[in-house]
Amino acid sequence: MFAYVVKRLISGVLVVTLVSMAIFLLFWYGPSSPAQPICDRETSNRCTQTKLAVYEKTLGYDNPVYEEYGKYVKGIFVGRTLTIASNDYECGAPCLGVSYRTKQPVKEELVSRMPATFSVAIGGAFLYLLFGVPIGVAAARRRGTVADKALVSSFLFISSIPYYLFALLTWLYLTITFPIPFFSDTGYFSIAQNGPLKWFGGLFLAWVALGIFGCTQYTRFTRGAMVEALSEDYIRTAKAKGLPTRTIVYKHGLRAALVPVVTIFGIDFGTLLAGTIFTERIFDIQGIGYWSLQAVQGRDLPVVQATALFSAVVLIIANLLVDVVYSVLDPRVRLS
Amino acid sequence: MTSIPVTPSSAASSDPEGPYLQVEDLQVTFPTQDGPVTAVKGLSYSVAKGQTLGIVGESGSGKSVSSMAVMGLHDAKSARISGSIRVGGTEIVGLGESRMRSLRGNSMAMIFQDALAALHPFYKIGKQLEEAYLVHHSSASKRDARRKAIEMLDRVGIPQPDRRVDDFPHQFSGGMRQRAMIAMGLINDPSLLIADEPTTALDVTVQAQILDLLQDLQREFNSAVIIITHDLGVIAEMADDVLVMYAGRCVEYGTTKQILTAPEMPYTWGLLSSIPDVRASTDARLIPIPGNPPSLLRPPSGCSFHPRCVHSDKVAGDLCSTELPELLPASSGTAHLRRCHLADPVGVYQSEVLPEIAPELVEETR
Repeated sequence: MFAYVVKRLISGVLVVTLVSMAIFLLFWYGPSSPAQPICDRETSNRCTQTKLAVYEKTLGYDNPVYEEYGKYVKGIFVGRTLTIASNDYECGAPCLGVSYRTKQPVKEELVSRMPATFSVAIGGAFLYLLFGVPIGVAAARRRGTVADKALVSSFLFISSIPYYLFALLTWLYLTITFPIPFFSDTGYFSIAQNGPLKWFGGLFLAWVALGIFGCTQYTRFTRGAMVEALSEDYIRTAKAKGLPTRTIVYKHGLRAALVPVVTIFGIDFGTLLAGTIFTERIFDIQGIGYWSLQAVQGRDLPVVQATALFSAVVLIIANLLVDVVYSVLDPRVRLS
Repeated sequence: MTSIPVTPSSAASSDPEGPYLQVEDLQVTFPTQDGPVTAVKGLSYSVAKGQTLGIVGESGSGKSVSSMAVMGLHDAKSARISGSIRVGGTEIVGLGESRMRSLRGNSMAMIFQDALAALHPFYKIGKQLEEAYLVHHSSASKRDARRKAIEMLDRVGIPQPDRRVDDFPHQFSGGMRQRAMIAMGLINDPSLLIADEPTTALDVTVQAQILDLLQDLQREFNSAVIIITHDLGVIAEMADDVLVMYAGRCVEYGTTKQILTAPEMPYTWGLLSSIPDVRASTDARLIPIPGNPPSLLRPPSGCSFHPRCVHSDKVAGDLCSTELPELLPASSGTAHLRRCHLADPVGVYQSEVLPEIAPELVEETR
């Protein structure tokens, strides 16, 4: 197990390295000079060839690409001093660059935005597991009945709506059309500064949107896995032993059905932690997703680079955790 | 016919309490979208303690459905059961779920065909045995249950039971898994054990070991055993009585000797003819039963077997296709029942069937 985790970590580091190279190269060889955005910004869109050349030189874009990538990687481990035009910016390790917009080290802003994204992700995931799994179990136990069919088809209808539309409609209806007093002022308010009540109120609608949408999907996953588990021979054996229905359904059925659900959840949750762009944008939550969207719109290359790298790291860790948890859940799986 | 069915073989050895399991006029119907499917019709049989009943038939003949009904394993929503099933004097048809649960796994137990699928893959063998014990012994401690589990694993011949008790099913070999399954079935000392094709998924040498084990355990626990199989070799080895099922009905019922040496129903002849003989010459033809088992949704009129029966031309008129033959005493003995219109089945068997399947026996009888 330990050897397996170490092996997976090493391969994870390798993947992160490749991803970082890919991102670096994409910007380097992009259609316009990578210094163009900062030049445009600093000169209020009056960037001349000579000015651009100054930016390219100070940012190192006239050097060979491998040399600059080396500096970038070195910066991640020991930090570096970045020069943009005539100004120097100190960027401590792990240095992910300096935002073109704020001139602050990207890492600091990334860290400061994590609580917002994590709050949204954990709350949303908690809600959709809390409702999705039990509803899925209940539907599986009543499979074929009118209630089951109605539930499955209505949930399928909701999951067929694109998520951004669903979230937007939730926001529109619950903050504009029928505003709920305490919850309609959405956004992220840190617990430390505003207290838990304000934090909760600001995030509540985002959780509801994520929760309902995720719940419809997890109900269907759970129902499918549960229907399959309940038709297995070992369920008949459990019944033949004279076990009570609760034990048969939960201890024998759900235990087996949870394995595929946990697998999907691990990847899903990783994606949520890497930034929920739609949720954060629509509910005005200043998290990593919103930030990366702003960075793309404002051509803030270091931020785009950092958020892409961050998602890669989070997803790789989520995958590893899923595999480890899988081996705990299913004794037939040997990690080697 | 007597109103209370007696086991053919125990007609002589009378048990004062009567047979432990008595099934009378059992009917199991499943409503489907295409209409009701009656998987078992008018089935009656009985098994006394210490006796073994073999139920034979093709896939879909209702063997498993009828014994699942005895265990009460059919979903009440999807199966309609009528008739009477008495286990140790308790009527099971219509019994409440909680009463039923206290019988299941306790006074009657079932062993399934594929032990790998029938054991839960995520729980240790020992845990699964303990669970079966604890659910019927609410006062027992976990340590008692574990001791009992180890004792049972030892009893069914699992080496180093105190260590293997913590293995998962996938760590056992096929034969050991079936042994563990048997140990789980017997952990509460049931008076009725139903073995649903217990050896089908095993290789031949292991099959013999499992059958020996079942026989030993039956002698030790003196339980009534039903063994469901399509292997007449297993029947010859294990059973005292045999019930041949076709399309949900009993077509022949008698002692193993009667069924195997003097069968009086063309379907039973077909089953006997389709057994390959290891010692026969390689030129010898294997005689399969022509056609396929009938659809239970639209069963054939008259005798369900008539579309596949090669002897129906010996019956006058179209009796076979219009009228269902009754289950009547056969000529070899009163406890031997058969469902066939043939006037002289013994004669047909002797002159037409026996020479094909066992020519050497024809010489002996003449």
